[in-house]
Amino acid sequence: MEKKDKVLMINPEKCTGCRLCELVCAVKHDGVSNPARSRIRIMKWEMDGVYIPMACQQCQDAPCMGVCPVNAISRNDELNRIEVDYDKCIGCRSCVAVCPFGAMGFNSIDRKVFKCDLCDGDPQCVRFCEVQAVEYVEVDDVAILKKMEAATKLQATSHKIALKEA
Amino acid sequence: MALNRKIAYINLTTGEVEVKPIPLDVRKKFLGGRGLDAYLLLNHSEKGCDPLGPDNPLIVSGGFLTATCASATARTHVMAKSPLTGMLGSCNMGGFFAPEMAWAGFHHLVIKGKAEKPCYIFIHNGEIEIRDAANIWGTTTTDAQWAIRDELNDQEVKSMVIGPAGENLVVYANVMTGIKNAGGRTGMGAVMGSKNLKAVACRGTMDIKIAHPVEALEFNKRFIDQITSAKVNKTQGILGTPMIWGATNSWGGVRTRNFQYNQCEYADDIEPEAIDEICEDTMGPYHMSGCFGCQVHCRAQYRIPSGPYKGKYDEGPEYTSQGAFGSETDTPSAETVLVGNHLVDQYGIDNLEIGSLISWAMELYEEGIITSQDTDGLDLRFGNDEAVIEMIHRICYRKGKVADALADGGIPASKIFGKNSFDYLIQVKGMSNLHSDERATPALALNIATSSRGSDHLRSRPAIDLYHLPEPVLRKIYSSPIPYEGPLSSEHTEYIGKAWQVFWQENCYMGVDCLGICKYHTTFLGATLPNFEDWPKVLYYNTGVEFTPEELWDITERCNMLERLFNLREGLTRDDLEKGDMLNHRYFDEPCRRGAPDVVGRMIDKEKFIGMIDEFYAHKGLDAEGNPTSETLKRLGLANEPSHML
Repeated sequence: MEKKDKVLMINPEKCTGCRLCELVCAVKHDGVSNPARSRIRIMKWEMDGVYIPMACQQCQDAPCMGVCPVNAISRNDELNRIEVDYDKCIGCRSCVAVCPFGAMGFNSIDRKVFKCDLCDGDPQCVRFCEVQAVEYVEVDDVAILKKMEAATKLQATSHKIALKEA
Repeated sequence: MALNRKIAYINLTTGEVEVKPIPLDVRKKFLGGRGLDAYLLLNHSEKGCDPLGPDNPLIVSGGFLTATCASATARTHVMAKSPLTGMLGSCNMGGFFAPEMAWAGFHHLVIKGKAEKPCYIFIHNGEIEIRDAANIWGTTTTDAQWAIRDELNDQEVKSMVIGPAGENLVVYANVMTGIKNAGGRTGMGAVMGSKNLKAVACRGTMDIKIAHPVEALEFNKRFIDQITSAKVNKTQGILGTPMIWGATNSWGGVRTRNFQYNQCEYADDIEPEAIDEICEDTMGPYHMSGCFGCQVHCRAQYRIPSGPYKGKYDEGPEYTSQGAFGSETDTPSAETVLVGNHLVDQYGIDNLEIGSLISWAMELYEEGIITSQDTDGLDLRFGNDEAVIEMIHRICYRKGKVADALADGGIPASKIFGKNSFDYLIQVKGMSNLHSDERATPALALNIATSSRGSDHLRSRPAIDLYHLPEPVLRKIYSSPIPYEGPLSSEHTEYIGKAWQVFWQENCYMGVDCLGICKYHTTFLGATLPNFEDWPKVLYYNTGVEFTPEELWDITERCNMLERLFNLREGLTRDDLEKGDMLNHRYFDEPCRRGAPDVVGRMIDKEKFIGMIDEFYAHKGLDAEGNPTSETLKRLGLANEPSHML
C-alpha cells in the first residue's frame, strides 16, 4: 500500500551549512538564484559550527491559516501541505508575522508572500542534499527514525562506558 | 542575469565610486574571476608600482558562474601586485563571500588609493558605502566579521577581512572570510592593510537570472553526482585535506625540517585519522562543513582539545597546517597543529608562508646563521613546539629582530640574516613552497618553478601524475580539448611529456578560477572530474552564453599569458633565483633521504629540468628567454595590451 502522508524531516546535526538547498529552491520556484527567495533557509551559529535548516512544517493547526483575514491559506490534504491562493491573497503579511518558524516569506521584488510547497511531492532541497540533512519521509516514520538516531547515540555511549569499565 | 553583474571602481583616497557593466566581448575574452582580474591588474597598475602604496589596485571578484546554479561556485579571487614577491599577487578562497557580492550586484571590484583612516566598504544591493572602521581596527578576523554584522544589524552580512597581520603589513598576511576560508597567498591582506581597508562587507538580495533554469538544475544534479562519486572527494568529505598530507607523508613527499628530509617520522598524532578523531570527540559525528553550494564538505570543525587554548573553536586544519606546523618544523603534535591553525586564522596570515619561514629560520638557527641573541633567547630548534607558536605571535606583531625580518618575507630576511641563509630558503619568485617535496616528481617540480604567483601547488600541478594512470587514460585527459600527440608517461619520476601536463593543468586551473569553481570540481585530485568538455553546458544553461571547449581553452591560455605579461613587466627573468622560473639548488643537489623505494635517493636532474622548461615555454609560445613571441601575442589577441577596455 502506498502511503502519501509525507513530511520534511530535518536533521540539523547533519547539515554542512552549504546552502545548496537555498539555491536550488529559488531556481526551481522562481528561475533565479537568490537565497532571499528560498523557502528553506539555513540559520547559522558559526562560532559553534551549528547550522539549522528552517522550513515550513505544514502545521496541523497552522497559525498562518488561522490569521489570514481573507481565507487565502488552506490545507491541501492530497499533497499534505499548507498553500496560498494568490487570487485571494491581499499581501497583508499577517501570516509572515504569525508563523512561529519564520517559514512564511515576503518577496520584496514581486511583493508577494511565499512558502514551501514541497515541490508538489519532489522537494528539490531533499533531492540535492547529499548528506540527508533534509529528508522527505512518511509522517509515521519520523518519530521512529528519530528514536533510532537517539538510541544509536545511547548505544555508542554505553559501549564507551563498557570499554572504560573493562 | 549573471551577465548583468557589474564592476565597481572604488577610490579610497577620494571616496569616489564608479560603476560599469562588463561587456559581453570582455567576458568572451577573459570570462571573469581570476582571468578578468589579471586583465584589470595589467591595465590599472603602472610598472614598478609600490605594492604597499596607494597606486596598487586591489581587485576582488567572483567568477563568471558565481552564485548561479552551477556546483560549488563559492570562490572569491583577490589580485594585486604582491608585497611578498613584487610580482603577481593572487589568492582564492571558498566560503560565502563571492556569492553574496554577486547578489549585492557586483562581480568585480577595483579598489584604489588609500583611506585616511581605517575604513571598510559596505556593498548592499547595488549601493557602495565607505564606512569608518576605527572600532574594528586591531580585531581578529572573526571578531571583525561579527562586529560588522552587529554594527549593520544584519547577521547575514558576509565580509572579507584582514586581521592584525594585515594591519601590521606582514607581507604574506591573507584575507579571510568566515572562520577559516583564507585567500592565503601572496600577501593580499597586507595590500588591504596598506590601504587602511579592514574589510569588504556584502549583503545582497538581488536576483541572478538563470538563462535556462530547468536545464541548469538538472545539469547541476548530474555534475554533483559526478563530483561526489569520485573516490577522492568521498574521502575528502570524511577526512578533509589532511588525507592528502597523510598519503604523501607515508610515501615520502612531505618537507620535514625545512628541506632536510622528505618524510616526517613519529607523526601518528597528526595523521588524518588522529585529527578526525579529535574533530569527532569535540564536535560529534557530523563535523564536516561545506562552502556555498558544495557537496564535497571537506572542511572539518574542531575544538582545541588540550593546552592553553583548550575549547577554542576553529575549522580545518587543512593539510597546509599539518605541513606548516607539523612536518616542516618537525613538531608533529596535534595540539601544535591545531593551535597554529587557529592562530593563523585569527591573525589572518598565510599558514604556508609563515610555517615555511619558521622552519627555514629553525634550520638557520641550527646552522648557527642566526643565534639566540637574534631571537631574544627563543630556542628556535626544530621540534620545539612552543617556539613555533611563539614565532606565529611574534611575526604577526613584528616582535623582535628575527620575527620582524621574517615578516618582510624570505628573500628580504635572507639579506638581513646574511651568510648563505638564502641557500636554505625553499622558494620560487620570493614565495615559499607548500610542505610538499617535489624531488621525486619532475612534473610537480616544473609546476612550482613556473607557477605565476611563485612556488605554488594550485596553479598548474598535475597531481594525478602520482596515480600512475595507464597511458591511454592520460592521453584521453590531456588530448582534449585540443589534440596532443607528443609523449606522455605514467611514470611520475619521468621527465617526458610532463611539460604538456603542466601546461594543460595551468589552463585547466585558470578555467575553474575564471568560473569561480573549486578545484575539487575539476581534474585536480580526481581523474574523472569535469573540465573543458563539461563547462560549455553549465555555462550555457546558467548564463545563456555559448562557448566551445576550444574557445574556453583559448581563453584560459590568454589569461595565463596576461599573468605572464604582468610578471615580465615586473622583472621575471628565466633563471633568476629570486625572480625567475628556477628552483633552489637543493632540489638538484640533495637527494631524498627517506620514503618509498621510488622516492628515496631521488633529486631533480638539472639538465633534464631545463629541458622541461624549454618544452613548457614552447607549448606556451614563449621564446627561450620566456618572453611571448609576437605571433603568440597576436594569436591570443594580446598584441595591444594594456588595451584599457575596462
